[in-house]
Parts: sequence; structure tokens; C-alpha cells
Amino acid sequence: MTIEVNTPTLSPLSTDARSLRPLLEWLARRAEPVAISLGAFLAGLALFSIFILVVGKSPADLFKLMFTGGFGSWFSIQNSLSRAAPLLLTALCVALPARLGLVIIGGEGAVVLGGVAAAAIALPLTASVSPIVVLPLMAIAGMIVGGIWIGIAGVLRHYRGVNETIASLLLAYIAIALMNHLIEGPLRDPASLNKPSTAPLPAEYMLGNIPGMDVNWGLVIGITACIISYTLIEATSFGFAARIAGGNVRAAQIQGLPVGRLIVGFTALAGGFAGLAGMVEVAAVQGSANASLAAGYGYSGILVAFLARHNPLAIVPVAILLGGIDASGGLIQRRMGLPDATVLVLQGTLFVVILFCETLYGRFKIFNPDLWKSPSLSGRPNPSERTA
Amino acid sequence: MTKLLPMNRRSFLQTTASGAAAIGFAPSLFSTPAAAQAALTVGFIYVGPKDDYGYNQAHAEGAIVIKAMSGVTVVEEENVPETVDVQKTMESMINLDGASLVFPTSFGYFDPHMLEMAKKYPDVQFRHCGGLWKEGTNPMNTGSYFGYIGQGQYLNGIAAGYTSKSKKIGFVAAKPIPQVLQNINSFLLGARSVDPAITCQVIFTGEWSLAVKEAEATNALIDQGADVITCHVDSPKVVVETAAGRGAFVCGYHANQSPLAPEKYLTGAEWAWGNVYTKFVTEAQAGTPLGNFVRGGLKDGFVKMSPLGPGVSEEARKKFDATLAEMMAGSFSVFKGPIKDNKGGDAVTAGQTFAEDAIELESMAYLVEGVVGSTS
Repeated sequence: MTIEVNTPTLSPLSTDARSLRPLLEWLARRAEPVAISLGAFLAGLALFSIFILVVGKSPADLFKLMFTGGFGSWFSIQNSLSRAAPLLLTALCVALPARLGLVIIGGEGAVVLGGVAAAAIALPLTASVSPIVVLPLMAIAGMIVGGIWIGIAGVLRHYRGVNETIASLLLAYIAIALMNHLIEGPLRDPASLNKPSTAPLPAEYMLGNIPGMDVNWGLVIGITACIISYTLIEATSFGFAARIAGGNVRAAQIQGLPVGRLIVGFTALAGGFAGLAGMVEVAAVQGSANASLAAGYGYSGILVAFLARHNPLAIVPVAILLGGIDASGGLIQRRMGLPDATVLVLQGTLFVVILFCETLYGRFKIFNPDLWKSPSLSGRPNPSERTA
Repeated sequence: MTKLLPMNRRSFLQTTASGAAAIGFAPSLFSTPAAAQAALTVGFIYVGPKDDYGYNQAHAEGAIVIKAMSGVTVVEEENVPETVDVQKTMESMINLDGASLVFPTSFGYFDPHMLEMAKKYPDVQFRHCGGLWKEGTNPMNTGSYFGYIGQGQYLNGIAAGYTSKSKKIGFVAAKPIPQVLQNINSFLLGARSVDPAITCQVIFTGEWSLAVKEAEATNALIDQGADVITCHVDSPKVVVETAAGRGAFVCGYHANQSPLAPEKYLTGAEWAWGNVYTKFVTEAQAGTPLGNFVRGGLKDGFVKMSPLGPGVSEEARKKFDATLAEMMAGSFSVFKGPIKDNKGGDAVTAGQTFAEDAIELESMAYLVEGVVGSTS
């Protein structure tokens, strides 16, 4: 009560303002990433509009078309969600190690080998074992192989000091070569003459679509994986330790945190999710493992993870947004006669602008209650007072 | 879900019926008024860029031919991967653009992608490039078309055989699959018809489109003495430019690459998809059933040769023209025994002759004697 008397700046509305204050502070802190991301997105679109004007087309028409193609109808929404599904898992392959300060860009390798592993374990079993058993086995096989693959990059990083970015990228090339060897050699279905593939999975062993939707189960699996990853990072001591190690490895080591185990564990889990994406691609889309597995999902996942600032929950909307941009890309080509690269230019512009906007965090007073006129209720020291 | 198709089966039949009636009254095709033609939206899907000087450009050139037909709207999409993306692209063309005839042109689009969509949209016609359609197994609203281009590679080989000084020619290949092996073998057999001492070294890059490896392979072939190069990859652009840059001659594939190397380009085996697409679209407009299993070679107008370049000698031109005339008459076969494979076994026994459409050629797994390289 004494505090109230000693605060001279309070206006007549102060009691209301004071009771709202914690809410406003909470809102301000939460609003910062949303507002900056949204602002960056809009700035990216504005820059892209200039590009469209330069090639002599109307940005308004283009954005209208993009909305139609990506989200304008139930068909378009399902189209976007289908394209987003694999990106959820491959983005996690980048986002999880990123929380430890590692930049993993070789998720593609885990995707293709995960897919091959899933097909390889399923095919001998389809004659005798029920799909209820085979499908989980496929998922586990995909996750283990994908986990080992990216885990290798983690092991090399921690125990041999090899740069994990380069190691994971090079491992992806090896993985694709290995996949080609397996599907053209030991695992090849002799009937696949001009498109080497494993034997096809029988229809009843396919994952199928979510009931009532024209989107496969990969979407549910992906969103679940994002929620699990978020919980792991934000609500467990393992995740907390990882965030500490990501902030400062030396400090984490001095604290006695098992940095080696964290790095290997996180990279293996990340690879596991990418491997799972490969399994979904085989079990829900392709029906066999073949070279179409290397469709670039691993690389698109990098873009999604960076745009989501490596927050597993933010991956969901970002992946859907990129799925929508992808889905509308076709319509832009068909209706406006613009080349396929248009969508890549848009994605690249957004990527650069959003990365640039990372530097804006903490620069806006409105999002920082510590800089507001009256002292914060959160008990944090007011930097402006301190310097005065 | 509301049906977004602007044209359903009934209106399609009505318009095609009126179109057919109009053709009946005006027998000359050229005097048929444009308005009487059935409106038809045709979708083309390419796996790579449509200006790749190769596989995709060959199809896009076919699409350009269709665009000029009256009553036809063409919608195109390039760089569509062989994943759920291509399924959604087909659906999007059907739902948002009203396409009733779709040409997914990449080999990998067939199973499961095109088959899934054909099941879902039984009123839409799908025709796939690659020859995979099987009667009784695949639905009747789907089909395949493909060309026998081996004879084109044989003609390439003739031009190469006369031009090569080192008696070594080279082939940059994507994957050791039957179609590619048949092209390599045909190329060498064509060259050996000129000079039986010629050998052809082959390098497999392992991928359909991998520019760096294609350039490395071309350089490696030239370093080993090859002075005429051809290829079977999605886009021959890199091979043609690299080889010509090193001073070697080139034979083209898929499309005409002579603008890339006008002096060094001998000839090339090209697709003539425009003829095939015209046939399908004419059938669709007339309301007659579209063919389900359509194939042909040089004589059927599915394949054509690029005009001979300045590097082709008069002697070569004569033999080229004579062989081409035999092929056009239908009396030529490339695989005529005895032919040995390059491991010493019999590839084609004496007395055996395979016509270009022989089913045996479609599971080819050998390289003929004179080809330096291995399928595995």
C-alpha cells in the first residue's frame, strides 16, 4: 500500500492501468516475435512486389492468385497442407540441433535413407504380418536409420571437432548415393525396368489419408512431432540443459552438463524426425522407395526452421505458409506466365528479410516493459534509470 | 466439396457433339469455324525447366503446337517433383483451370501419382509419356505414349562414325536402365556400320540431371581421346557446351541443341511430340476415344532428326540419308544378329532380328561389344 502513495506519476486512471499492467507487459513480451515476424513478412512481400513490377506484372493480381492457389478454397487448403506435411518433420531436423547452436543442413540424407529403411523392413513382412505391426516397425526403422545418419554428424562434431554443417551436407550426398545403390542393386524390384525402385507396398500397408480430408497422416505425425519437440525443449530438464549448452558450451561444461550426450542425442532425434519423413513419403505417397525420395524436402526444411526461429511450435504455421506458397506457385505459372523461379525468388526474399529482422529484437521500446516510463512490476531493473 | 469444374461430362459431350456436327457439315477441316470446336483445356506438367534444351523442352515444344489449335487452352507447370506435388498440380489443373486432358510428362509421374488422380477424376483423360500403361491393370481414362528413338541414336552414330578421327566416341548416360542402354548400343552400332574399329566409352552419372557430373564425364571422355560425344540425360546443354568448348563434335538428344554449338553439332535424335499431342487433342475434340497405348518411331513421326550440321561430310550425308530412307520405309532394324555383348556373351544370336518395337528390347540389360563401360 505504501508503494501506491509514493508513486507520484499515477494518473486518476492509475488503478485501472495498474491492474492491466501485468497483462500489458505479458502481451508486449509475447507480441515482439509475432510483430517482428509479421512486419518482416510484409516487408518481404513489398520487396517482392517491386520485383514483380519490374517484370511488368501486377503484384495485386499475383497476391490475389497466390491466395486463391494456397488458401482460397477447401481444395487449395488441402493442397497447402499436403505440401506442408513433410516440411514439419524436416524442419525439426534443423530446429532441434539449432537450439544447441548446431547448424545441420543435411536432413535430405536422413529422409532418403529413412525411406529406404522403412521399405526394406516392410517388404519381407507384408506376406505374413498385419499392417498394424508393420507400419510402426517402418516408422521405427526410418527413425533409427535417420537418427544414426544425423547422429554421425553430432558425434563427429563433439568427439572429432568436425564442422557439423559441412559433415551433414556431405553425408546427405553419401546417403543419396547409397540409396541409388540399394534401389538399383540389392533392393531393386526386377519389374521396375526404367525407374529403379523397391517392390511396391501392398495397398493395405499404405498409411492413407486423414478421414474427411485429402491429406495424408503425415500432417498429424508432423504436428505431433512439433508439439513433442516443443515440450522437450521448453518443459524438460534435458531441454533446459540443451538451451544452456546452446547459449554457451563452456558454461554448460563447467556446470557439469553432459554436453556430448546432449549433442549426440539432439542430432540423433533430429535425424530421427527426418527419417520419419522418409518413412511417411514411402508409406503414404510413393508406395516404394525410389529416387523420388530425394525431392528436396530436407533442404526446404532448413528454410522453414530458420523462418520459425527454431521454435518447434512456430514451425507449424510457417510450414503451412510455405506449403501455400508452393501450392500457389503452379497457378502463378499457369495464369500469369511467370517462370517457376518466381516462387523461389519470393522464398529467398522472405528468408533474407526475416534473417535481417533478427537484429531488430530488443530495439522497440513498446515491446520492452523495462523501458516504459513507470517502473516495471516484474522487478527487473530499469536500464534507462540505471544509465541516468 | 463443390465441384469447381467448369465443364462436366454432359457439357463436354454436348460441345463435342456440336463440334462433330459442324465438322460433318463442313468436311474440310480448315474451313471449320473456330467457335464450333470443342473447348478443351489441356494441362502439361514438366519435371524440369521447360527451356532445358532437352527432355522437358521437347514436350514444351509439343505444347506450343497444341496452343495454335483452335478451341484449345494450354496450361503448363514446370519443375514439378515426382511427389505429392505432382498429384496436387494435376488436381489444381483440373479443379481450378478446368483441364480435361492432362499430360504428366515425366516417367516417375505414372505410378502412383497419375494413377491416383485417374481414380479420383474418372472424367478426365490422362496420358503419360513412357509406355507403362497395361491393359486390364490400368484404368481406361489413362494411357501412355512413347517413341522409339533408338534408330535416331543409330543415325547419330553414323554421323559420329564418319566424323571421328580418333575412332573413339563417347556417351554421357544417366542411369543403366533399358532405355538408356538401348540408346548407347544403337549409337555404337551406327558408328560401327561406318567403321567396325570404333569404340564408344560410356560414363554413367547416376542422376537424370546433375550438371557438374555431366561436365566432368564429358571432360573425362575427351581426355581419353573421344572426339564425338552424345548423351542421354534430361538436359544435354552442359554436355553439348562442354564438348564443343573442348573442340569435340556433338550429337544431340531430346531436342535440337544446335544453337548451343552451331559449328560442332552434327545432328541429333529429337522427339516430335507435337504430332502426338495433335493426335490426342484432335481425338478429344472430336469426342472419339483417345488411344491408350500409343507408340511410334521415325516413320510414324514420333521422332525426328535435327538438320545435319556443317561438320557432316558429303559421304556421311549420303549414308545418313540412305539409312534414314530405309528406316522411313520400315525395313530397317538396328539389332540384327549376330551381336556380342561387351563381356563376350551373345546379345543377339545369328539370324535373330528385333524390330524397333520388339518387346525383348524393352528389358535390355547388356552393352554391345565395342562399348567400353559396365552396367553396374
